[in-house]
Amino acid sequence: MFSYFLKRLLNLIPLLLGITIISFAVIHLAPGRPAYLKEMDPRISLEAQEQLIKLYDLDKPLFKQYLNWLKRVLRLDFGNSFVDGRKVIVRIRERLPVTLLINILSMVLIIVVALPIGVISALKPGGLFDKWTTFFVFLGFSLPGFWLALLLMLLLGIKLNWLPISGLKSFDYHQLSFWGKNLDIIKHLILPVSVTAFGGLAGFSRYVRGNMIGVLKQNYIRAAYAQGINKGRIVYKYALKNALLPLITILGLSIPGLIGGSVIFESIFAIPGMGRLLYNSAVARDYPMIMGGLVIGAVLTLLGNLLADLCYAWADPRIKCK
Amino acid sequence: MLPILSVKNLKVYFSRGKKIIKAVDGVSFFIKQGETLGLAGESGSGKTVTALSLTKLISEAKFLGGEVVFKQKDILKLTSPQLQKIRGKEIAYVFQNPVSSLNPVFRIGTQMVEIIRLHQKKNKKEAKSYALEMLERVGIPDAEKNFESYPHQLSGGMNQRVMIAMALSSQPSLLIADEPTTNLDLTTQAQILELLQKIRREQDLSLLFITHNLEILKRLVDRLAIMYAAQIVEFGESLFTRPLHPYTQALLSAQPGYEGRRQILKGEVPSPFDFPSGCRFHPRCPFKKAICEKEEPPMQEREKGHFVACHLK
Repeated sequence: MFSYFLKRLLNLIPLLLGITIISFAVIHLAPGRPAYLKEMDPRISLEAQEQLIKLYDLDKPLFKQYLNWLKRVLRLDFGNSFVDGRKVIVRIRERLPVTLLINILSMVLIIVVALPIGVISALKPGGLFDKWTTFFVFLGFSLPGFWLALLLMLLLGIKLNWLPISGLKSFDYHQLSFWGKNLDIIKHLILPVSVTAFGGLAGFSRYVRGNMIGVLKQNYIRAAYAQGINKGRIVYKYALKNALLPLITILGLSIPGLIGGSVIFESIFAIPGMGRLLYNSAVARDYPMIMGGLVIGAVLTLLGNLLADLCYAWADPRIKCK
Repeated sequence: MLPILSVKNLKVYFSRGKKIIKAVDGVSFFIKQGETLGLAGESGSGKTVTALSLTKLISEAKFLGGEVVFKQKDILKLTSPQLQKIRGKEIAYVFQNPVSSLNPVFRIGTQMVEIIRLHQKKNKKEAKSYALEMLERVGIPDAEKNFESYPHQLSGGMNQRVMIAMALSSQPSLLIADEPTTNLDLTTQAQILELLQKIRREQDLSLLFITHNLEILKRLVDRLAIMYAAQIVEFGESLFTRPLHPYTQALLSAQPGYEGRRQILKGEVPSPFDFPSGCRFHPRCPFKKAICEKEEPPMQEREKGHFVACHLK
């Protein structure tokens, strides 16, 4: 088991290297030169521009720039942002917690809601419950998230005035008690978390439903009925464990999504998250910032896959690590 | 002596779209205490559906009619909680495909202990030692180790032994074995059959044995019922020596080692969407008469304990 894990971990290195090369190349292929300020503002002196170009290595050939970048990254130094000169890692550290919080909460919400929907639909495929939940879940899947977000803000935030509509904290946050502060953040999170979760419900509940329908047709389920086990136990113990195994992969695949954030939702709800940070960096051709975000994303994706495989081996006795 | 199980006019219909599939259509038979009844027929003749509906295991049936009387109770009229007390405790099953009949993600021991504790008042420790005892009884070597195994780690034959051990653990009075040896190799087949026979002798168990393998039935059963097109066409003790129905005769003549002229049947087994009128066998019967096309032949006791549904005399 341990040697398998080590081997998988070592395999990640060339993969990661490849990912950084491609990302680096693609980003530099995009038109636009971040340091050539004179093209935009004639008041900037040529010397200043030269200085900037030298500072950021932008006069060197691309592969040299890449090697320099790689050398620094190996020392875990992602460099400084072109935009405000602060360390890339610091800027990411500012934004990541919010995004993680929202995405993990909405993931939990998706699982908590979609799991029972999927299981109950699977008990009577084509039944009334199945039909209605399918309808609603696909409605949620097809509605544009930003549109739904705006409508909910209008209803819950403005008409009913129940929830705040933007940001993470109220203006009087600092004067609130400890519980008041938590309550304030929770209130601010309700809308973004539920809007993010709503779109994901369809996929997950369909997976659960599909797996469950397949499992309930298996011989061992019929055998369990024949042995006199009651239906509830068969469904929620015998069938569910089998049906949930494939979902490990899906959860593993969604790990990178957890740090990505969403430009649209973050803009609508005025939340300072990863989505807006990476989007703005891309627009500004802030190379160190983009590469920093991409590398962290890639590492998390690969680790997520590895973690999913390990969980699989742990949860499913039929799979052995070799 | 009263039969332990008697089935009268059992009908199980399914619907596929607007069509009705008559999987079992008026089946009647009985099993006496301690005997082995064989149920034979081609694939799709309704053997498995018959077996499953004996404890109402067919939930998707559109129509379930007739009577299944087990120990003076009509099983088809029981509620789910009542059925759960009969399934696995009084009437136990052993299925085809043992590997897929055990849950792949639970240890064999866990599954056995669950069944034992479901039907008997035993604590975990007692249930475990009883499970080990059962595993040894069905001839599983290294019971301690295999108790901790998962189904995929054992062979098909071993899994079938586990299924048998689970089925017998609550001392049922009727065991329904639905093609229990079909996917096993010949040596394992022989071992499993021997095991079933041994257990039947020891426990005075009644056994309904379903297979399309007449060779096995010849060695194992006291009486035989032959199914054709969702119905039983012949039923009794002396089928092997004096088959009366033309279908039984043809079936027996198709056996390897049959001496005499083999009968070759023309045509195919009729589709359950659309059975022929009259006797369902008449389009393929070499001896058919005019009446066979019009009237369904009633089940008649031609000799003592030998029933046949055929217009021919």
